[in-house]
Amino acid sequence: MFASCADPSQLEGLAWLMCYLTTGKHMLFYGSFFVVLLLMVITAPVALLFGFGGALAARSRVAPLRWFGKGYTAMVRGVPDIVFFLFVPIALDQGLEYLRHLWACPPSDAPVWSNNEFNVCAAAKLPLSSSPQIWHEAYGFTLAVIAFAIVFGAFAANVLYGAMQAVPRAQLETAEAYGMTHRQVTRRILIPQMWTYALPGLSNLWMILIKATPLLFLLGVEDIVYWARELGSTKSAIYDYPHPDWRVWYFLGLLAFYLGMTKLSESVLSRITARLSRGQATMAGEAQRKQAGGAGA
Amino acid sequence: MSCLDIIADYGMRSLGVGERLLPRGDVTLCHQFTLIGSGMIWNVYFGALALIFGFFAATALALAKASENPLLRKPAEWFIFLFRGSPLFIQFFLAYEALVLLPRAGIDIFGLTIQTSWMTRAWAGALLVLFLNTSAYSAEIFYGALRSVPKGDLEAADAYGMTGWTKFRRVVWPTMLRLAWPAYTNEAIFLFHATALVFFSGFPAFKQQGDALYYASYFADKTFNPFIPYPITAFYFIVLTLVLIGIFGAVNRRLNRHLPGQDRPRLRLRPQIIR
Repeated sequence: MFASCADPSQLEGLAWLMCYLTTGKHMLFYGSFFVVLLLMVITAPVALLFGFGGALAARSRVAPLRWFGKGYTAMVRGVPDIVFFLFVPIALDQGLEYLRHLWACPPSDAPVWSNNEFNVCAAAKLPLSSSPQIWHEAYGFTLAVIAFAIVFGAFAANVLYGAMQAVPRAQLETAEAYGMTHRQVTRRILIPQMWTYALPGLSNLWMILIKATPLLFLLGVEDIVYWARELGSTKSAIYDYPHPDWRVWYFLGLLAFYLGMTKLSESVLSRITARLSRGQATMAGEAQRKQAGGAGA
Repeated sequence: MSCLDIIADYGMRSLGVGERLLPRGDVTLCHQFTLIGSGMIWNVYFGALALIFGFFAATALALAKASENPLLRKPAEWFIFLFRGSPLFIQFFLAYEALVLLPRAGIDIFGLTIQTSWMTRAWAGALLVLFLNTSAYSAEIFYGALRSVPKGDLEAADAYGMTGWTKFRRVVWPTMLRLAWPAYTNEAIFLFHATALVFFSGFPAFKQQGDALYYASYFADKTFNPFIPYPITAFYFIVLTLVLIGIFGAVNRRLNRHLPGQDRPRLRLRPQIIR
C-alpha cells in the first residue's frame, strides 16, 4: 500500500502495525464488513416487503391467498429458523441447476438424484465452473440474501399481521361508515395506523437480523468471521508479517462492531418510536399529548 | 449385532464409555439413533446447568439493574447489553480464543498453582459462555417483570409490616416469577436449542466426544446422506422441547394456582435459535 512497506522485516513498532493493517488481505477484511452491512440493507426492505405481502394475504378475502398467507406466517413458528438457513440455499441451488439441466444439458438417461448425489452436466452448473471467482461469491451471497429474506419475511409477516389485528375495530368501521371501499380502508386507515403497533416487533426483528449475520459464515460466504479466523491465526516466519495467534483481538473487534451496531440501532429505533406514537390512541401517544399540553399551559 | 448391543456399545459414547471407534462401515438406523441420542447428553448437560446457574445470576442481575444505586445498576446494565447486544456465535469464538491464551502451566497465586487447561474444554468453557448469555437474557426478562409487579401487592406487603428479605421472598419474587414465566419458558427452550452451536463454533470435540449435532454431521459426512441424521437430531430436540414445556407448564400452574382460571397466563411457544 505505502512505499515504506516494501520490506516489512525492517519495520518496527507503529510503522509495522500501520503496514500490517493495510495489507491487501486486510483490505478484503474491511470490505467484508460492507458485505455484512449490504446483507442487512438488502434483506431488511425485501423481508419487510415479503412480510407485508404475507400479512395482507393472510387477511385477504380470497381463500387460497389467505391459506398461503397463513401458511407462510405459521412456517417460522413451528420450525427453528436455522433449519431454513441451511435448507433454503441448498434447495434453491439444486432447483435452479435442475431447471438449467432440463434446458441446457444434452438429453441423457442418468437420473439427476442418485446415490444421494446431485448430478447435472457441466453446462448446467451455477455459476459455470469457468466463470471468474467473483461470480461464485456473488452467487453464494445472493442465495444467502434470499434465505434471509424468506425467513425474516415470515417473521415480519407474523408481526405485521398482529399489528393489523391490533388497529381498533372502531376506526375501520368509521371509515366504512364514511363509504370507503375495502381497499380505501386498508390504504388510508389500516396501514397508517398499523405501524405504531408493529414497531416493537419490527425493531426486535432488526436486532435479531443484526445478530444473525454471522450465519453467513456457516453458509460459506467469506464474511467477517471467516477473515477474522484467517488473519488472526498464527503466521510463521515465511509470511511477510509473522505474528502469534491474534484471533482473540480480531474477535474483540467483531464484538465491538456488533455492540456498536446494536447501540446505534437502539437509539435510531427509539426516535422512530417516538415519531410514530405522535397522535396515536395509545399510552405513549397519550403521554406525549399530556406533555405538550403541560408545556403549553 | 442387535440393536441392544449397539446401545450397550455406543449409548454412553459421548462420555467416553464403551466402544472407542465410531461406526464406519455399515451404519444402521440404530447406530444413528443411539449415537446421536448419546450426544444429546451433552446438550442436556449444557442446557440444564446453564439454566440452573443462570436462574440465580439472572435474579441478582435483575435486582441490580432495578436498584437505585448506580454502582450496582451500571455494571448490570453493561453486562446485559454486552451479552444481549452481540451474537452468541461471536461470543463462543471469542471465549475460546481468550481461554486458549491463558498460560498453559497454570497461574501461580501465593504459591498455589491453579490449572487453567480445563477451561478450554467445551464442558467448562462453553458452559461458561452459555451461563453468562442466558443470565443476561433472563435478567432482562426478570427486570421487565420486576417493573410490572403491581403497586397494590407492594402496598399490601407494607401494610402487613413486611420489609426487606421477607417482603422480597414472599411478595416481590413470586410475583416477578409469575409474570416472567411465559417469557422465561421461551428463553429456556431457546437456550437448549442454542446448545447446538457449541461444537460448530470454536470448542473442539475431545476424543470424538461431541453433542448431537456433532454426531449428526459425522454421519452426514460418512453416509453422504444428510436426510437421516439431521431429522433424527430434530426429533430429539422436539422431544426435549416437549419435556421442557411439560416441566415449565407445571411450574406455571403452581405459580398461578391462587388466580381464577381466566386470569392465568398461558404459555405461548415461539421457537427461535438465533441470538
